[in-house]
Amino acid sequence: MNRHLVQRLGFAMLGLAALVVVVPILLVIGTIVARGMGAISWEFLSAMPREGMKAGGILPAIVGTLLLTVGTALAAIPVAVGGAIYLAEYARDTWLTRAIRLAIINLAGIPSVVYGLFGLGLFVLFLQFGTSILAGSLTLAIMTLPIIISTAEEALRAVPVEFRTVSASLGGTRWQGIRNIILPQALPGIITGVILGLLRAAGETAPILFTVAAFFLPHLPRTVLDQTMTLPYHLYVISTQVPGMPPQIQYGTALVLLGLVLSLNVVATIIRSYYRRRRQW
Amino acid sequence: MTKIKVEHLHFHYGDFLALSDISMAIKERQITGLIGPSGCGKSTFLRCLNRMNDTIPGTRVEGTVLLDGQDIYAPGTAVVELRRRVGMVFQRPNPFPQSVFNNVAFGPRVLGLHRNGRLADIVEESLRGAVLWDEVKNDLRQDALSLSLGQQQRLCIARAIAVKPEVILMDEPCSALDPIDTLQIEELMRMLKESYTIVIVTHNMQQAARVSDWTGLFWLGELVEFGATQDIFTNPKQELTENYITGRLG
Repeated sequence: MNRHLVQRLGFAMLGLAALVVVVPILLVIGTIVARGMGAISWEFLSAMPREGMKAGGILPAIVGTLLLTVGTALAAIPVAVGGAIYLAEYARDTWLTRAIRLAIINLAGIPSVVYGLFGLGLFVLFLQFGTSILAGSLTLAIMTLPIIISTAEEALRAVPVEFRTVSASLGGTRWQGIRNIILPQALPGIITGVILGLLRAAGETAPILFTVAAFFLPHLPRTVLDQTMTLPYHLYVISTQVPGMPPQIQYGTALVLLGLVLSLNVVATIIRSYYRRRRQW
Repeated sequence: MTKIKVEHLHFHYGDFLALSDISMAIKERQITGLIGPSGCGKSTFLRCLNRMNDTIPGTRVEGTVLLDGQDIYAPGTAVVELRRRVGMVFQRPNPFPQSVFNNVAFGPRVLGLHRNGRLADIVEESLRGAVLWDEVKNDLRQDALSLSLGQQQRLCIARAIAVKPEVILMDEPCSALDPIDTLQIEELMRMLKESYTIVIVTHNMQQAARVSDWTGLFWLGELVEFGATQDIFTNPKQELTENYITGRLG
């Protein structure tokens, strides 16, 4: 066979492979938008569920997911970013730091339901937080840690060593260099990591199953020690546990969750590309 | 007046002896040029003078480096303060990706110098000192990376003198610049030596001959010859020096 023909055929195959990746995503989004769009109304977004959740809105689930995401962010960001700064800027290559890195990699590989069980044991039962937003946020935070730590560490390491050297040569302490030069440079990467981590947390069902999620609550949560409904768990409930649920409500709920997650994703992408364009090193 | 007195300095990278028994007196408010082929130890030597090698794991220093009679390697030396007194300009212009103003203001800010006077005054004075003021005064907020390479290097010099050092170490400061920018920097160095002691590493022999008052030739980690620039270039004592400066070696 002619080598030019081989090349053309090769490219066609590769293009097809790329297309195959896009198709399922478009199909998923397309299906959910097509079937769920009809359910979206002001009432759906702002009212409590009625008639055994077969009518009314999903406000408590939306509020619950937002609260959990905020709680996760509050708990995870300081620890994860602090850990990343330590690993990238201070830690030497010792058995201890190697063990820490290994732990982080392993943490990322743990199935999410195991986090749920762990959260149940530690936060709900042992620390007696009960099934609560507090326990759920902390569980999700632990699950999110490895994602934020690895992306933040990578972002810090991407800042050229030179800047640290210059800062030192001007009589700056290590921390002053980090605080004034390195962190601002790495911030877009860190923010991206934070958002990606929170995205994952917002969409998870298993870790919140035993730690916070409520089947149905007639009111919004009042304190962090309350249970709450959440979007992913609500979707699970109305898809499997309630007979005779109108499909439109199921798809509507999925659409809201998808919209929430995708819009966070878009924000992350915008931040990343904005700063990448400005970055010149 | 001797500003820095180096006595029997040895420097090890792990098992490798990078500098062997270097002794040298660096005169105050003069330019000392260090020449030699790549890998001869001249940059390593330069970085021993403000302990920038400290951060490289597995390195070891023997001997003494006296700055105004004080051994900078003595235990208890405040390294951060030492580096304020002995500033540095690097091979590649490396301004922070921030505004011109913030670049120059970085040092005074981290050292808290601006509490004694207005930060803007320090910035202006430093930019004037580096002969960059007239080119940037209309827009101090502009991104430092939008300047030309030569301007960037002068900005780095302004940033270095903003913390009022006594010594400025320059590690091949012109190797990334074109001939015109290079001449500008050399002109600037002649002005700076009125106020600062300058040590410059260069592998451009003509540059050493043009700007430095004293010249040292490094070869395989040893200081082959050190003396007044004129003597080194017209009447070298060592055959190696003569071969190197006439281009038969290196």
